[in-house]
Parts: sequence; C-alpha cells; structure tokens
Amino acid sequence: MIYNEEFETLPREALEALQLKRLKNVVERVYHTVGFYRKAFDNAGVTPDNIETLEDIRKLPFTTKQDLKDNYPFGMFAVPMSNVVRLHASSGTTGKPTVVGYTQRDIETWSRLMARSFVAAGLTKNDIIHNAYGYGLFTGGLGAHYGAELLGASVIPMSGGSTKKQLLILQDFGPTAICCTPSYALYLAEQGEEMGLDMKSLNLRVGVLGAEPWSEKMRREIENRLEILALNIYGLSEIIGPGVAMECAEGRNGMHIFEDHFIVECVDPVTGETLPYGEEGELVFTTLTKEAFPLVRYRTRDLSRLIHEPCRCGRTMLRMARISGRSDDMLVIRGVNVFPSQIESVLLGIEGLEPHYQLIVDRQDKLDTLEIQVEVGEALFSDEVRSLQQLERRISKDIKDYLGVTAAVKLVGPKSLQRYEGKAERVIDKRTNVFNHS
Amino acid sequence: MKVNQISIFLENRPGTLEYATRVLKEAGINIRALSLADTSDFGILRLIVNNIDVAEKALQEKGFTVRRTSVVAVEIPDRPGGLHGIVEAISRKGVNIEYTYAFVERSGENAIIIFRFDKTEEAIEALMESGFTVLPGEKLYKL
Repeated sequence: MIYNEEFETLPREALEALQLKRLKNVVERVYHTVGFYRKAFDNAGVTPDNIETLEDIRKLPFTTKQDLKDNYPFGMFAVPMSNVVRLHASSGTTGKPTVVGYTQRDIETWSRLMARSFVAAGLTKNDIIHNAYGYGLFTGGLGAHYGAELLGASVIPMSGGSTKKQLLILQDFGPTAICCTPSYALYLAEQGEEMGLDMKSLNLRVGVLGAEPWSEKMRREIENRLEILALNIYGLSEIIGPGVAMECAEGRNGMHIFEDHFIVECVDPVTGETLPYGEEGELVFTTLTKEAFPLVRYRTRDLSRLIHEPCRCGRTMLRMARISGRSDDMLVIRGVNVFPSQIESVLLGIEGLEPHYQLIVDRQDKLDTLEIQVEVGEALFSDEVRSLQQLERRISKDIKDYLGVTAAVKLVGPKSLQRYEGKAERVIDKRTNVFNHS
Repeated sequence: MKVNQISIFLENRPGTLEYATRVLKEAGINIRALSLADTSDFGILRLIVNNIDVAEKALQEKGFTVRRTSVVAVEIPDRPGGLHGIVEAISRKGVNIEYTYAFVERSGENAIIIFRFDKTEEAIEALMESGFTVLPGEKLYKL
C-alpha cells in the first residue's frame, strides 16, 4: 500500500530532477534569509549559483548540532515568527535544547509524511492508532497524531507515561496499532504480563516504533510478546520529526527515506567524505521543502548505511538500515568502539535473559572498565551459585567474542534497573560524569 | 519425602536482606531453617518456612526473584561420623550434592541436615535403604 503513489514511486531520474530543482531553491533561500548560512557559504567560497548538479551539494558546508546551539533559540529560522505556527524542541540533555519551527505548510508536509509512514506500515483509515509517543515539545507525539488524523485513522492521544492506564486503554479501546519507543513497547508488555493480562489477545497488529536505536533481536522479542508486526520509523526534530523514513511492511528491510523532501548522504564521520552505498557512516540530511527551519547538510550523528537496491513494495526511494548507533554515543573502551545496541544484541541472544540492562563505564588505574548490569528474572534464576556464575561467565564470554571488549557482568534483581517511557538511557559514563546518551 | 525450599535472589548491597526479611515478617512467615550463599555481587537466600505459598506470593509481589526447589532433610545422631554415613550412602549411588546446610533441633538430640542433590529421588532411596531418617516436609514446616 502506498499513500502517495506518484511521488513515492517516481523513477530515479525524475526524482533526482525534482531534488535538484528543490535543492537550488532551498540553497538560494537560506543564503538570503539565514545569516548563519550566508556566512557559512561565503566562508566555504560557494554561492547558490555553484549548485548545478546534485553532486554539487558536496561543495556546501555541513551544519552541526553545535551550529544550532550557537543560534539558539530562533537564529536558524528562515521565516519571520509571524509565519511560524508551531515550535518544538529536542531534549537537550547537554544544555540548551534545539528549537525548531514550522509554518502551516511545514505542518501539512509533516502530516503527509507521517500518513505515508502509516500506510507503509499497512495501516488505513479503519485503524485505531494508540499513540504513546510523548506529546509536547518532543516531536513524536504530535507528529504521529497529525499524520494519523490526516490518514483518517482514529487516534488515541495517550502520550507517554501512566502505564496502567495505557494498558487499560489497550484492552478497552482495542487499538490496532501502537506508536512508541521500542523500549516502551517492551515495558508495556512486561507490565501487562505482570498484571496477568494476555498481551497476545489484544487487537494490536502493528507497532510503529522508533526514536531510539534498537536491534533486530529486540524486534523479535517485541513481536513475540505482543504478537504484532514491529516496524521501524526514523526521524529527528531537526529534520522534521518522525516520518523522515519508514520501513514498509512488505520489505521490512530498511526504512524508505522520503527523498522528495530530503536529500540524504552517508559520510565518513571523521573525514566527512561521502561513502558509497552500503557502507556504514553518519547520515547527513538536507531538507528540500521545509519553510521555517530548513537545514543544509545537517550532520545527524546517527550511524547507518544506505540501501539502494529496489524494494519489493515498489517505492523507488533509497532505504536506510536501522541505526546502528550514534557517532556521539559510541563508547570507546580501551580503544575498542562499542555501541550500546551491539551489547543489547548479544544479551538478547542469550535465551531467557531479560532485555533490561545498564552499562556503566568507569576508569580504574587509568584503564577503562565496562560493567554490564543485567536483570535476572525467574526464567534464569537458579538457587545454585554455580549456575548463576556460569551465566555471568557466559555473558562475559559472548561480549568478548562478539565485541572484543572485556566486561564485568553483574546480575541484579528484577525490575531494579530504571524503566524509561521515552528514550532509554543505557549508559552511565562515569569517566565524564555525564549521561552519554543525548 | 521431599522438602519445599524457597530461594531468593539478593543483590549484594546494603539493605536487600533486610528488605527480604521485612517482607517475610510482615507476611507472618516463620523461618524454620536458612542458608545464605554469597558471591562478590549477589547472594542467594534459601529458606524453609512454615508457609511457602504465602512467603512466595509476598516476595514476588515485592519484586523479588524467587524459586522453589526440592531439598531433602535428614536426621542424624549428633555424634562423630554422623555426617560421614550419609555422604557415603549417597556417593555410592553416584548422586552429587549441590549444597547443604544444617541446624540442630530444639531437643538438642539430633541434627538435621538439608541437602540439595542433583538426583533427589535416588538420594532419598539410598538414604532410606541405609536406615537414615528422612524427614517429610510437613514435619519440618511445623517444627
């Protein structure tokens, strides 16, 4: 099922022609309306006239999160405030949040992209969508909400939190789809099971899950416990919010990037060089149609790879593989690069292990240490010390085998680790004394 | 002739044992025998109690990971060589002892040793064949 057949299946050539036309337009516009861009382009010795082909985008400088912070709150806006109808902001755990604005047309564009995403997930106007993304400054809640309404589906605007109430609504209203973070989907399953609820008997059939990196194993865990089709959605507030890319129910292998609205590049996070399709690097987005808050070559810090092979669903747009980590939450432990998602994947590979874990990075005698706290549930608990120690050794060995790092494994009691309703904060990095996850 | 024992996973930090014993106290549970196995980062509290169903429910409700296991209680005369006889009887049968703990009955005449075997049925058979008194769970819960 395709929401906007004409644009989503454009032959590559026509799509690229459209992208070039829109790219020229946005470069021209930001050059004349955003002081930051005029200065950045001038410093790089490039003018809007230098953009003649799509490849010419590489002549343009990158925009970074720091640039957005430096222009806090409204310095990057390309329209006067009177044309801005909505403001959102990212969490800003490391200081000031990133503020983004939308014109009326931006809201409409975003809604259409979210409607596309829902249709790609196999949803129609007949579905009831339980939206447990947070409403408020976070883009997840309202982004999904407007998209679902545009599609004509029935939205339940749950927002995050109030887990018991969420479970009640899931039983009583019988939603067919749920939007939330993958870790919250698991938390709901866990809480429901604990209350003696048969989570498989719910009407849910689809999960539109995103806003944090997750693994294929976590997907299977969610699918088994909730008996749903779990699909991956991608977006970030700087680019527009959720609905930048969406996995289709037919292909289930990478998320289609809505390229008529965004140009995506995958670059080497260190050199900034563009990488060939299939190679892992940092995603860089340029918005083509955003009015209030256009961004040119924005470095997302999200690591992924681009898939250009055609998808069986018929969409012609590039796909991006699931986010494998973030270039800024990559842990370097004694020189080895480790992503929390890789550890998660190893843990979930061990039968019976709870999917709740916390990583604690510290430094002792100038050497990095990694401690993995894992909850031990009924399935794995044995009253023989030996068996539990075997389990600890098994986890340590698997981590060492797969990731090449030595980790101390600590078994902790069930439900003793913090649960998250939004993005899970898996890492406590005591070396810098800050949470490492943005 | 098996005895039901309840085991509790405890994180190794101050207050966890206190919390577990408080939950049991508030549930009106009387502990008949106990053993606490510990490692550097976790402990396992093993208990024989007067009412295992109530204890299990109370602990689970408070978020503890618990498990029931079958153990064997053997009465032995409180004199040199008492334990040796038991161990000899079961080792002849190729049964392995996972862990053990002992307590002395109020009368002071006999000691009671709790065993967790890898092959419970065979161990009970061997002990009875050798003339040891294997105590039924019911008797222990009411001691």
